[in-house]
Amino acid sequence: MSNGMSLSRRRLLASGAAAGALGFSGALGLPGLPAFAQTNGVNWRKYAGTKIEVNLIKSPRGDTLTKHQKEFEELTGITVVSEQTPEQQQRQKAVIELTSGRPSFDVVHISYHVQKRQFEKGKWLADLTPFIKDPALTDAGFLDDFSEAGVTFARNPDGGIGALPFSVDYWIVYWNKDLFAKKNLSFPKTFDEMVAAAAALTDPSSQTYGFVARGMKNANTPVWTSLLLGYDQYSVDANRNLLTDTPEAVEAAKLYQTLMTKSAPPGVTGFNWAECQSAFLQGRVGMWFDGVGFAPPLEDPEKSRVVGKVGYGLMPKGPKAHAAATTGDGIGVTAASKNKEAAYLYCQWATGKLMGARLLQAGAGVPFRTSVLADAEVRKGVKMPAAWVDAVVESAKISRLTLPVIIPVTEFRDVLGGALTNMISGSDPAAELKRATADFKPILERSEKT
Amino acid sequence: MSILTSSDRVVGAASVGRTKRLRPSYWPFVVPALIVVIGVIVFPWVFTLWMSAMEWRIGEEQRFVGLQNYARLFTDVRFLEAMLHTLVYTALSVLAPLVLGTAAALAFNTKLPARGLLRGIFVMPMMATPVAIALVWTMMFHPQLGVLNYLLSLVGIGPLQWVYHPSTVILSLVLVETWQWTPLVMLIVLGGLAALPTEPYESAQIDGATAWQRFRYLTLPMIKPFLMVAVIIRSIDALKSFDILYTITQGGPGTASETINLYLYSVAFTYYDIGYGSAIAVVFFVLIIMLSLILLYLRQRSAWNTGDGQ
Repeated sequence: MSNGMSLSRRRLLASGAAAGALGFSGALGLPGLPAFAQTNGVNWRKYAGTKIEVNLIKSPRGDTLTKHQKEFEELTGITVVSEQTPEQQQRQKAVIELTSGRPSFDVVHISYHVQKRQFEKGKWLADLTPFIKDPALTDAGFLDDFSEAGVTFARNPDGGIGALPFSVDYWIVYWNKDLFAKKNLSFPKTFDEMVAAAAALTDPSSQTYGFVARGMKNANTPVWTSLLLGYDQYSVDANRNLLTDTPEAVEAAKLYQTLMTKSAPPGVTGFNWAECQSAFLQGRVGMWFDGVGFAPPLEDPEKSRVVGKVGYGLMPKGPKAHAAATTGDGIGVTAASKNKEAAYLYCQWATGKLMGARLLQAGAGVPFRTSVLADAEVRKGVKMPAAWVDAVVESAKISRLTLPVIIPVTEFRDVLGGALTNMISGSDPAAELKRATADFKPILERSEKT
Repeated sequence: MSILTSSDRVVGAASVGRTKRLRPSYWPFVVPALIVVIGVIVFPWVFTLWMSAMEWRIGEEQRFVGLQNYARLFTDVRFLEAMLHTLVYTALSVLAPLVLGTAAALAFNTKLPARGLLRGIFVMPMMATPVAIALVWTMMFHPQLGVLNYLLSLVGIGPLQWVYHPSTVILSLVLVETWQWTPLVMLIVLGGLAALPTEPYESAQIDGATAWQRFRYLTLPMIKPFLMVAVIIRSIDALKSFDILYTITQGGPGTASETINLYLYSVAFTYYDIGYGSAIAVVFFVLIIMLSLILLYLRQRSAWNTGDGQ
């Protein structure tokens, strides 16, 4: 019985344009999912019989792709062998294999905010532009739907397209409505209001604190660079000159220091996102500043004491700009792959509207595709509260990349993150940033030398 | 001057002849072990030495820089701090289990009720997986949600920040290490105590020695070789400790608990600076060799003096 159904569906998919006309929402019985829209004219079965290897980051996003992999195999006749590895180890594995010139995989999942420049300089990814322009492989307008941040991440300095934009993470402020109501406070609209609200919510005698964010070295750097965006400044300029000890950088660091020393729980220097999330889940923290992707456990009654009490706020406006810090993942084809077209079809499937809707509805990630976020039908199926989706949509409008597009991103995060940790322990922000900038400058210069 | 009889010569010649014939046939037995040793020990070390003399970053061109990477170590504040952290962490992680393990061994050497059961429970931490232990301790250390601060609050002691503060992080990590490895020291010392002769104690008791005097002047000198074995094992183990440190703090807060191992990992595998990472590995290797030699020398000196020069 099941064989018969499977065969019938395979035949149906094999009939080419049928997939587009049918739409997977109906075929798979999933409510609120868009049709598999980018299939008009695309010959999905052109590379049937090919086998590709896919290297994914272990995450809800990687899980979603693996879960629906069979759908791609039936659509294309391409066999997929995929593996998922935890983020840090996946990055190491990918870099080492790509450096060898003979990676074991055709498709690779990358973290744009850490690896973009490294991958560009190593020329490890195939330029997808010829495939995107080929009407037999891609529908016209395939790229038009991605947000500006997505296109910025995907585009190389030479104009080519590396990895396709897969999932975006905007930084928002999670806030505890109960704690705010008790103090008769409303959600802050500016940085100054955020500092005032955080101070008002803090009461160490009841172990309640107004604000929490990452204090752990390395993990904390995006917090500061995100605050810096409110001063209308990036940490590195377009010519890769460091802007990490400017007056704006010092002001942002002072803001970070104030929030983390006056309104954050004790021990915050050792907090990564997980510790921040735990504190917020217990209902003892007024505001938590972090990526939008950490939201699902907050609405899970088994894990959270704040179910239904969480507000999802847009990042408050800074003195000079209103910006939502942005990081993201992409999916690309390795330059060394011998099955580039088949691998590209996988990337296209993974970054399509249907997969974007799946990520959004499951709370596994946020697609870079604006049409998915705007689709009322898709929104109906989203498990998270409407305020969360609103925060995502509004953040997309003021999105800015939070980490610099340089090769030694990890060292940048370590060196500047160490300075930020020292600030929480009482060091002078200006002196710390000056020292950290001097320490990191030669590392940055050396990375671009060859 | 020696006079050989003809029969001696015949035997000698036969022996030499046999040796000459047999010697080459032994070689094939040595070759597999030789290949393995060269492949997994000698070659990696020679290769690491060679890499340490290169500027070698993954994805970039390599060039020979001689001893430049080693010179860089002397001005690298983070490396020097990591050295200090390693030494402090190692010293405390040897000392604390040594004292507590010896005390536990003395206790378990007496005739306690349910001694076997208690000893079994006592050695359980040693059998647990370090990463699992580390995750549990991470939760226990949490300043707001951890059980340790709750227990302290019951006796009126204010909350501590444990691994979340630079000034307490190393001591907190040593606490985990001590909890896990005290049983090992206990087992080693207990083995030593079981082997002690009873005559000196009988004699001391007749002479009116107190319990402390019997421990200080009889037990301690006699279990010294066993203590040295424990020190050697613990020192090498604490020096190369990675799993617990990485899982609980990743070297933080800041770099307050970053040991050479953690720094080496960051340099080689997150910064991809293979040349510099190799130089750190070489220095670390030399450090371990030196420490091992010192400890082996002390072990030799602490051996029981049997009076016949053995």
